[in-house]
Amino acid sequence: MSSGGRARLVVVGNGMAGMRTVEELLARAPDRFDIVVIGAEPHPNYNRILLSAVLAGDKTLGEIVVNPRSWYEERAIRLVAGTAAAAIDRRARRVTLADGSAVAYDKLLLATGSKPLAPAIPGVGFANVRAFRDIADVEALIAAAHGDARAVVIGGGLLGLEAAWGLKRRGLSVALVHLMPTLMERQLDAAAGVLLLHSLDDRGIEFFVNSQAEEIVGTSCAEAVVLADGRRLPADLVVLAIGIRPNVELARTAALDVNRGILVGDDMATSDPDIYAVGECIEHNGTVFGLVAPIWDQARVCGARLAGDEAEVYVPPPVFTSLKITGIDVFSAGTLAAADGADEEITLHDASGGLYKKLILRNDRVVGSVLFGSIADGPWYVQLMRDRTDVSSFRDRIVFGRPLAEQACADAEPGDATPVVASAAGAAVVGLRWQAA
Amino acid sequence: MAGSVIRTTCPYCGVGCGLRVAADGTVSGDQDHPANAGRLCSKGAALGETLATDGRLLYPLIGGRSASWDDALDRIAAQFSQTIRQHGPDAVALYVSGQFLTEDYYVANKLMKGFIGSANIDTNSRLCMASSVAGHVRAFGEDIVPGCYADIEAADLVVLVGSNTAWCHPVFYQRLAAARQARNTKVVVVDPRRTPTCEVADIHLAIRPGTDVAVFTGLLVHLAENGVCDEAWTRYFASDFAAAAEAARLSTPSLGDAAAICGVAAADLARFYALFAATVHTVTVYSQGVNQSSAGTDKVNAIINCHLATGRLGKPGTGPFSLTGQPNAMGGREVGGLANQLAAHMSFTPADIARVRRFWRAPRVAAKGGLKAVDLFEAALGGKVKALWILNTNPAASMPRAGRVRAALGACPFVAVSDCWATDTTRFADVVLPAAAWGEKDGTVTNSERCISRQRAFRAAPGAARPDWWALSEVARRMGFAAAFSYQSPAQIFREHAALSAFENEGHGRRIFDIGALAALSDEEYDALAPVHWPLPRGTAAVWSNAKRLFAEGRGFATADGRAHFVPTPYRPPAAATDARRPFLLNTGRVRDQWHTMTCTGRVLRLMAHQREPALDIHPADAVRNGLDDGDLAWIESEHGATVLPVRLSGDVREGELFAAMHWTDQFTSAGPIDALVGAAADPVSGQPELKATPVRVAALAARWNGVLLRGSDQVLHGPYYWGRVPLERGHAFTLTGWEPLPRDRGSELWIAALLDAPAAAELVIYADPARGTFRYASLVGRRLDACLFIAATKAALPSRDALAALLGKRIEPQARTLVLAGAAGAAAPQADGQTICACFGVGLKALHRAIADRRLTSVAEIGAQLRAGTNCGSCIPELRAILSRAQSESAATA
Repeated sequence: MSSGGRARLVVVGNGMAGMRTVEELLARAPDRFDIVVIGAEPHPNYNRILLSAVLAGDKTLGEIVVNPRSWYEERAIRLVAGTAAAAIDRRARRVTLADGSAVAYDKLLLATGSKPLAPAIPGVGFANVRAFRDIADVEALIAAAHGDARAVVIGGGLLGLEAAWGLKRRGLSVALVHLMPTLMERQLDAAAGVLLLHSLDDRGIEFFVNSQAEEIVGTSCAEAVVLADGRRLPADLVVLAIGIRPNVELARTAALDVNRGILVGDDMATSDPDIYAVGECIEHNGTVFGLVAPIWDQARVCGARLAGDEAEVYVPPPVFTSLKITGIDVFSAGTLAAADGADEEITLHDASGGLYKKLILRNDRVVGSVLFGSIADGPWYVQLMRDRTDVSSFRDRIVFGRPLAEQACADAEPGDATPVVASAAGAAVVGLRWQAA
Repeated sequence: MAGSVIRTTCPYCGVGCGLRVAADGTVSGDQDHPANAGRLCSKGAALGETLATDGRLLYPLIGGRSASWDDALDRIAAQFSQTIRQHGPDAVALYVSGQFLTEDYYVANKLMKGFIGSANIDTNSRLCMASSVAGHVRAFGEDIVPGCYADIEAADLVVLVGSNTAWCHPVFYQRLAAARQARNTKVVVVDPRRTPTCEVADIHLAIRPGTDVAVFTGLLVHLAENGVCDEAWTRYFASDFAAAAEAARLSTPSLGDAAAICGVAAADLARFYALFAATVHTVTVYSQGVNQSSAGTDKVNAIINCHLATGRLGKPGTGPFSLTGQPNAMGGREVGGLANQLAAHMSFTPADIARVRRFWRAPRVAAKGGLKAVDLFEAALGGKVKALWILNTNPAASMPRAGRVRAALGACPFVAVSDCWATDTTRFADVVLPAAAWGEKDGTVTNSERCISRQRAFRAAPGAARPDWWALSEVARRMGFAAAFSYQSPAQIFREHAALSAFENEGHGRRIFDIGALAALSDEEYDALAPVHWPLPRGTAAVWSNAKRLFAEGRGFATADGRAHFVPTPYRPPAAATDARRPFLLNTGRVRDQWHTMTCTGRVLRLMAHQREPALDIHPADAVRNGLDDGDLAWIESEHGATVLPVRLSGDVREGELFAAMHWTDQFTSAGPIDALVGAAADPVSGQPELKATPVRVAALAARWNGVLLRGSDQVLHGPYYWGRVPLERGHAFTLTGWEPLPRDRGSELWIAALLDAPAAAELVIYADPARGTFRYASLVGRRLDACLFIAATKAALPSRDALAALLGKRIEPQARTLVLAGAAGAAAPQADGQTICACFGVGLKALHRAIADRRLTSVAEIGAQLRAGTNCGSCIPELRAILSRAQSESAATA
């Protein structure tokens, strides 16, 4: 206990997961802790998801800040920004910082996030080879993005595509190299990936799929990316976006249980009951996280636990994601493809019209969806997933969207639909819950 | 000629109704024509809709490629000449049609029998009328129908044997129904099926197929034993009564024996016999149920025997009456278009052959009868006939054992086909000639009551299409017979035909068919010729004071002894019997709004709406025993072929019997022509094949999936599925039912692509729920819906074909592309109205049910007043009456 009689909470990581947890905590128990936040970046908490909007020129850095410094001050939170945590002394309950200073804790929250993966190829060390991870990266990319520059993005996942599109918006010639045959294969199935490729191709991004970057060559700085098949892509700027991995070094050196991520239970506690972890650095039931929606749930559970509420447990919600590229509507949630014979797929595919919708059903319940071109029904499908709604009565219409599906059900059995208020993604929406047949 | 009305004759059934065609193509009944006095049936009323020329054959084809008439005619002439040189005249043949005009027929017959020197010319009338012809010749010495249509209006009893006139001769049926209304005519229907004609029947004898002879031998026994026979008449005017009566007694000694053979209640048969015995003014009408039988000629004579025995013929309201199926079956018989006739009611006797040779100045008149239809195609298969010219008929679909006929067409070294449209038969042709169609050609036809009427052209033939008489004459000219075939007009041909009928036709043994009075018609008189009955000899009408009825005085029979002849007709069962392997007897016939193999009527949307697809009628009890429900697929197999048809549960067929309409062909359904299953056992006298009694087996085929396909082109690949096609205003609709699982993966893609028949530029929208077996495809070309395909596990899960039809060819807005597949885009389309009952006003079954229930309609007249149904052609009135009575009994049951 600290001298003021309040317990001390130290948060390592000044990002979205950590700060959302603090907000959840304060909402429940504003006076329970003295709080210290340690952040490696010299910035207050900002919305990392919107970095692509900054890169594209749609937003300024100021516009993506979530918690300005005044926010910390008003809540008497001590923010240590720009100095990374170096070690945890669990016995002494103390965190040592990179500058040698130390902060004592009663409860510790690890929200160390993730690190970009770098390919094991020559040339990644050049100054004009950047990840697309934080404000420093974005500032560097913007600085290098003069009109006739050529950029090569390595990695065709969510981040790589957003980086490529942002650079394209700034007028660069952009080539994208992707190891897999289709884009965003973690979030999209092949059909949607092909539509996405065609759509971005139409916008002037040059794609090299099924391609491995073998080397980044140059003398003083990167000048080209060489592919395994020998092709050479000239580059004034190279962006690495091949993936992220949980940032677990601090936890590992503190001898917490770590696998791919820091292992947590349903209460978000690590193997040390005084140490919690949330966000991209954790591993829960074998799953690591890269999308924001489940992290909000983790923050809620962890905040509640820190506030002393023992009832909250973390249940992974259906995961959904969308691509933040203007005019390209991509959405996916849950399972991407039928895993076994019990999973059933419904697809609606209009390749020429740029539309693709897939639902994965199990026992007539939605367990996943992939949408391209029309994502208006995404939230409804997520709701159906969360509610485990039996869709058999409107299954033949479900992929065509909510109005037609509801009409089908009303046609079939008038009076069977009962309006209820359901909660989806944190917002209250009025919807219809279909009674199980 | 603008604004003028052309009078002509209907090209469909043998009633031969007169029509008026207005300048805009509108068709109405001719008030002045003796056959119909202004009436029309649904088919005739829709004739204007058959005039569209899309899909017509416009130019000759050689080996499938467009060619000039000269090249095509040269080719046929050369092939025929060469074949005759190498193999003799019997190695060539013509197979022609009751759709021919008399003038076409005359030229074809003259070419074959007079100049090629073979009688290998037969006609599809062989499938239709041959037994009646043979029966007439046996009884009367010549192919003569003694009475006329007016007789059914003067009769107190009309017996309809094997004749569903309500659907097959609707105007004749309407005259009968009106007479019944006016004078309470009794009507007896003898037919294995309860047909719509039974609406007016006082007695329906649902006899076992092929047992008609026993009905009438039993009747003859009854008449003889009860003293009803006119002994004076039979003694003075007829021969061989005793032999016929004895044969009848041997076949059916008692009423009970007859009833047992026929499979009907003795009491019902007794009522009929008593009615017949008591009614002097009796007409017995018969059609294909009598003719299309291995005992067809005996059936005809068994009927005629009863009329001879009672002296009931030639007088108003009496007589046997053969109702022909085709518009010009009678005209074909007048010229001698059957292989066993020579010409103009002359036969292959030395005197007749010499007479015809003199008239034609023909080098080598055929000396003997030629190959009849079944034998003709067998000879082609066997290599004896090596060059064959088929005109105006579709034997690849309509002949029994149609599969064997196709093999024959494939085997025959040279096949030429003349037709208006591509058919199942043109596929086998080396040379195809485009024929002028109804409305484009001039000539005459003769209907069932010996009335000659003009068919007149009212528009030009499309493309290079020409009349058949011209093509035949041109081939004759190229074969070296120019002098005898220098015809310039149908009038010229008709005059020669009339002159031949009168040629050396005097004194004893004179031929009744004599239209010498017409031999000197000027072109103008021929053009203006009003309907006229034969005989019509030159000079006075002294011989035949009343051409409408013959033999009234018991005289004038064309037999050697001048007397009518009784013919012994011992009962024989059909050629093939059912057994454990093939326990069902398959009957074939017609439906109301189709004609023959649908080459014309199948193009008319409202005619297709009465029955959209083929069906196999099966008794509900048989269906249950065989695991079949309404709409299920059945595998049906005879000794000769097999097919798959959807079944329709019907109490109108007897247990153990099945019925399928003969109209549908490969052009309209995967099931193909039902005649492919039918055996070709022919009547020993007439050569007419048995089409209505084929043993078959039936097995249920479980449907694995159902589909509906709409697209522009009209042919679908075959596979392990049934399909049926209905033409739409734009394009075609197909229903599909598969009995094997859908193809998977790449196979599925190829199959779907073939079904959609999508061009390379097509954009596909695809919905798939494989677990439910639901697949939907829309193919868009230039933003318009070019094709769509819906597949589902059950029929109920498919969208309405009518709603989809409204979208085909329409522009689909981008945001609505996927909605086409939701099956909801058609929600705004008019509600499907079910089977069309009234084809004239497009009134469907559901609309009728609604109106009857909502407005409490109780009569056909009220329905007509409210919905107009039945007020135009009246062909649907029997169905309206049946719908009313069902509705009334249902409401009584629920009351």
